[in-house]
Amino acid sequence: MEDVLLGRILTGMTLAFHIIYATVGVGIPIVIMVFEFLGIKKNDYHYLTMARRIAKGYTVTVAVGVVTGTIIGLQLSLIWPDFMKLAGQIIALPLFMETFAFFFEAIFLGIYLYTWDRFKNRWHHWLLTIPVVIGSSISAVFITTVNSFMNTPAGFDLVDGVFKNVDPIMAMFNASTGVRVFHVVVTAYMTAAFFMVTVAAVNLLRAKHKEDREYHRKGLKVNMIIGVAVAALTLLAGDLSAKFLHEEQPEKLAAFEWHFETEKNADLILFGVLDEENQEVKGELRIPSALSILSGTSPSTEVTGLNDIPRDEWPPLVVHYFFDIMVVFGMFGLGVSVLYFALKLFKKEEWAHSRFMLYLYALSGPLCFAAIEAGWFTAELGRQPWIIRGYMRVSEAITQADGLGITMIMFGILYLILGYTTIQVMVNMFKNTSARDSQIEYYGKESLMEQGGRF
Amino acid sequence: MNYEIIGITVLWTFLYGYVIIASVDFGAGFYNFYAKATGKSNIITPIITRYLNPVWEVTNVFFVFFFVGIVGFYPETAYYYGTTLLIPASIALILLAIRGSYYAFNQYSKDSNIVWAFLYGSTGLLIPAALSITLVISEGGFIEEKFGGIDLNITELLFSQYAWSVVFLAIISVLYISSAFLTFYANRARAFQAVEVIRKWFLTWTIPMLAISQFVFLGLRTNNEAHFLNAQNYWYLFGLSLMFMGIAVYLIYKGRNYGMAFIMVMLQFFCAFFGYGMSKLPYILYPYVKIDSVVNEAMAFWLTVVFILGLLLLVPSLIMLMRMFLFDKDYVQGKEN
Repeated sequence: MEDVLLGRILTGMTLAFHIIYATVGVGIPIVIMVFEFLGIKKNDYHYLTMARRIAKGYTVTVAVGVVTGTIIGLQLSLIWPDFMKLAGQIIALPLFMETFAFFFEAIFLGIYLYTWDRFKNRWHHWLLTIPVVIGSSISAVFITTVNSFMNTPAGFDLVDGVFKNVDPIMAMFNASTGVRVFHVVVTAYMTAAFFMVTVAAVNLLRAKHKEDREYHRKGLKVNMIIGVAVAALTLLAGDLSAKFLHEEQPEKLAAFEWHFETEKNADLILFGVLDEENQEVKGELRIPSALSILSGTSPSTEVTGLNDIPRDEWPPLVVHYFFDIMVVFGMFGLGVSVLYFALKLFKKEEWAHSRFMLYLYALSGPLCFAAIEAGWFTAELGRQPWIIRGYMRVSEAITQADGLGITMIMFGILYLILGYTTIQVMVNMFKNTSARDSQIEYYGKESLMEQGGRF
Repeated sequence: MNYEIIGITVLWTFLYGYVIIASVDFGAGFYNFYAKATGKSNIITPIITRYLNPVWEVTNVFFVFFFVGIVGFYPETAYYYGTTLLIPASIALILLAIRGSYYAFNQYSKDSNIVWAFLYGSTGLLIPAALSITLVISEGGFIEEKFGGIDLNITELLFSQYAWSVVFLAIISVLYISSAFLTFYANRARAFQAVEVIRKWFLTWTIPMLAISQFVFLGLRTNNEAHFLNAQNYWYLFGLSLMFMGIAVYLIYKGRNYGMAFIMVMLQFFCAFFGYGMSKLPYILYPYVKIDSVVNEAMAFWLTVVFILGLLLLVPSLIMLMRMFLFDKDYVQGKEN
């Protein structure tokens, strides 16, 4: 196989594996923060126990997230040395800042996890969640600015193959930084919330620990609240992204939508199969003028088609499928959470917790993860053939070293083993311990009787 | 001061920090496995666990910090090291990943077992070996230019006496540094049985430590004579290093003042590490990358600004972390959960 392809597969594999943990890493701290807050505020041991149990599982995912993050950090130089030599002149700053944010988070996470019973005033322990949330979210912000730079480079002049007149701040806050950072952060929060929704729903469905029903119902409700709020923001982020692409990266939007001819009243295409030769789409769901409206709020907006882009700068057209998956699966979470609150609003409490609905809730977490993966594949494949759009092609950046194939196999095996063990460890961690057992372990038997007023 | 000196000083200091803190961590993992395998686990493991739990993540960041920093200040290193280290660095990364993950699996899961402890412990010795290869390559002689680029001469590396002596130095240093620290920590925890065991480990490693350092010096002479000659200009640093080692060994042998002994070990490595680093200049990778290949002015300026701001944030946080877990008597003695 060609080295470029091997390098792309290896990088893609590492990132695809890492973002599962990274998303959890960015999103879960906010969930923990909310639960501990509610626990202290309402004097409710259920919430406190939940925060603590989530934190316990979180630690395991953080470990794998840290190591896979280290891998991708170094792989950038190992697989794409020419890219790093060139771009290092300008992306060093956000990378460096990301490390600081990560450092900050690591310190406070260590303190947070081992001081549950150390403070007389519980609020002091809660305060530790603030640096953890800030650290994890800010590191996502910085790393996303790097990726944004690769999409919409700014802040330099290219003279004889070297970046001159570098302005690192402009490079960081390039055209796409705002929308992408917003999109990445809210979808991470959303995925974390729906992941916890799934946990609650599965526990209510299986009902192995009957004494935990109230605990899981509370968890379901709070995560639904977080979920519906951030899912609405995600919708906004998606809309902003479409408008942004229309302005700055039309070839990407056109590839997402299999939009070939530049025209007004452009249709939005959902699903379908493409006949690439004849530029014909079969079996699609066509929404008239919707693409124009999405791109610029009015049907008369002219949307650039692929035929106006040089052929050798076309992104691969397969991105449309990933785009569909992202949109549909992403909307699913919003849908179930709205349904949940609608049923509650109309006093159909029993329907809201019916088996059918619980199955739907249980699906939302995995589908969110699938949407995250599909979203990144959409974004990254949509940037092909460029590694720095307009300046350096992926094929110019690949390493000249031998041994990419064997490296790819080694990492593939590693990810399989780590993924499998994580699931195994997580399941065993909670399978035989009910939340009630955990509560007794953390707060003593007397906590079961207490109605609050203790703090 | 100009940016190239700032850059290399910052990076070298962080690398030194990583060498110390990671050695404690790597060695602890190995001793933990060794104790488990020889049935001393109930004496040793609680000490190691109590120290490592809150800090393992921080250790890893030191490493990330270093490699992000070096690519930031000297982007050319990304090209040379990146291209040549594909295989060795990938192996090191896989080991790091196994170690980090299995530490957590072993620590936080109910079904921890001896296989996981083995994975976590053995990788602790293999990682320093793999990482130290980078230093070997930096001395030059292992990179060959081929059509259209460069590549690492792996056979040459495998049969190099110098490479092997550096690898063994790395492994022995890990066991040496970490047993010095754990002696101190166990003593603070008033786990006197553990102190006795770990103290013996430390004393066992002193002779090999001395011997291997000599081999490395001799190897350097054949491998990069200019560097070897330059190192002699810093003879006083290496002399100091030896003196600090003497004091450390004496204190631990006499069984007193373990805190001071560990500080001496740190100074021992500080002098040797900076002596080695300073004599290496101006090369980062002989003969391809010099420190004047520093990143453009604007970026170097912002990196320095961010670095200072970052330290203002990190140093107080690190002090807080240490006060809560390293120097808190109750925590160290396991009086609270």
